[in-house]
Amino acid sequence: MSTAVSTPNAQPWDLSREAVLASRRNDVSAAASIAITRKLKKSYGSVIALQNLDLEIRAGELLALLGPNGAGKTTLVHILLGMASPDSGSASVFGADPYTGEVQTRVGAMLQVGRVPETLKVREHVDLFSSYYPKPLPLEETLAIAGLTDIRNRPYGELSGGQKQRVLFAIAICGDPDLLFLDEPTVGLDVEARRLMWSQIRSLIARGKTVLLTTHYLNEADALADRILVLNHGRIIAEGTPAEIKARAMGKQIRCSSRLTLEEMRQIPGVLTVKADRNAFELHVNAAEPVVRELLQRDSWLADLEVTNAGLEEAFLALTQNHNADSKEG
Amino acid sequence: MAATTFPAPAVLVKRSLAQTLTIHAKEAKYELINKIRIPVYAISTVVFPLMFYVLFGIVLPSSKDRAENATYLLATMGCFGVMAVALFGFGVSLAIERGQGWLQMKRASPMPVSAYFLAKLFAAVVFSTVIMLLLLGVGIAFGGVRLPLATAAKLVGILVAGSIPFSAMGLAIGYFAKPNSAPAVVNLIYLPMSFCSGLWIPLFMLPHGLQTLAKFLPPYHLAQLALNAVGMGMNPTSAWGHIEVLVAFTMIFLGFAAWGYRRDEGKTYG
Repeated sequence: MSTAVSTPNAQPWDLSREAVLASRRNDVSAAASIAITRKLKKSYGSVIALQNLDLEIRAGELLALLGPNGAGKTTLVHILLGMASPDSGSASVFGADPYTGEVQTRVGAMLQVGRVPETLKVREHVDLFSSYYPKPLPLEETLAIAGLTDIRNRPYGELSGGQKQRVLFAIAICGDPDLLFLDEPTVGLDVEARRLMWSQIRSLIARGKTVLLTTHYLNEADALADRILVLNHGRIIAEGTPAEIKARAMGKQIRCSSRLTLEEMRQIPGVLTVKADRNAFELHVNAAEPVVRELLQRDSWLADLEVTNAGLEEAFLALTQNHNADSKEG
Repeated sequence: MAATTFPAPAVLVKRSLAQTLTIHAKEAKYELINKIRIPVYAISTVVFPLMFYVLFGIVLPSSKDRAENATYLLATMGCFGVMAVALFGFGVSLAIERGQGWLQMKRASPMPVSAYFLAKLFAAVVFSTVIMLLLLGVGIAFGGVRLPLATAAKLVGILVAGSIPFSAMGLAIGYFAKPNSAPAVVNLIYLPMSFCSGLWIPLFMLPHGLQTLAKFLPPYHLAQLALNAVGMGMNPTSAWGHIEVLVAFTMIFLGFAAWGYRRDEGKTYG
């Protein structure tokens, strides 16, 4: 586990994102993998949920799985929780099968559950789930971290959407697990409730937990994650830091053969990255038109010009649409 | 790494006996609290049998027949109440908890599976006992029921134990019914089966065809065991026959439930 956090105890859920991320980012890349999948395949009837999925979750990182609905995010989480079996391939968590009891005591999960029994009070739900784990957090501490202390005696059925999500969050963390799966923890929440959930998720990072977060909000992955995997149609279509993914998500890709040098290409305003690919250049840009105009001006021999979306377009179009639909609901 | 061998029995978490008992006790406690706080459940399981008992056993019969009626219906309405507790408590709540994903959350946690089912059985036993004591109290106070203590205890014991086959039946329903339709499915089975087993109107007053049909229904056999206890059974000497039938029904329902359980593990959780 990450030992990089210097002040995890004072009021970890208040730590700013920058402070938390900065203190640990360097350690994460070198950390060991605590969950691994290899060539994971799963389909439901004719619907393919996962295709040859390879994934590693490193100790102490917050890994975001970003993708539209139906991308396979939940299936992957269920397999890593031992709740579903892959058709082929393998998954291991802490070096063991995900469905073994020893693994389950070290893992917490916030699933996309419709409802839990509405008559039970907040504190009763947490008390019950705490009893399942060998070394649970003290009840009061769990309630405090999840921001439930004031509503501890309210029945679940009387809570707002954000409060209900916080109860599910409390249930996920009450066993003091090393690895947490948060499956779309902020879906359907309004802006304020979402921000609150984010700060609670950051408090986990501050405590040195490893988190796999699924989301279809790019801004959520950006706000929380060390690393983002973009999943679409059961495949990982991009992997990188939030900055890299954002750049890819928004821009265009230009391919061309040119007499310009790599360095000359880089100097054109609006060019984010350049790669020399055999006899062509591959430029990643924010907006294609001004760069193309510059290119044609600077190199009259320019040929094989090709402008495409930056690869993530399809996935992110879906993401954006989902996002808008949810915003309207909220 | 042998994930392809799933579903395999989960490796049990090593716990001390005290920890295991604590989990089971908490699960049972909260299951009971949950059920007590659901008005629909408390009403359909406690109030309905009590209401029918007061109406058919105490209010409607003439004063001459009252004590006999009240004693007879104590056995059959007790059976009716115990059935509701088990069928709704297992069938409907399991279907709903599966549908809502509550059971999924539990299965993702290291909860021992036994805690979940034993908690439901515990709640069923508590509710069944409460219903029997209420019926008995009302019968003694207003219906002129006079039973020796040992007989009353035997009656309560038989009916509370009788919730086991119906719990098994509820489990089977809970694994195959959808959450929204589960209450309707249970009622469609529960009410006609109760009538045809002679729980509302004594079987000897029903047409001969129904009397034959009743022998294939589990409530008939439980009611006959209960009636035997108060000396009003149709065939007071053959208790074992009824027990054998109830055990057989229990095994069949558990078989269906086990099938549903495995089906859930492998498929629904995708």
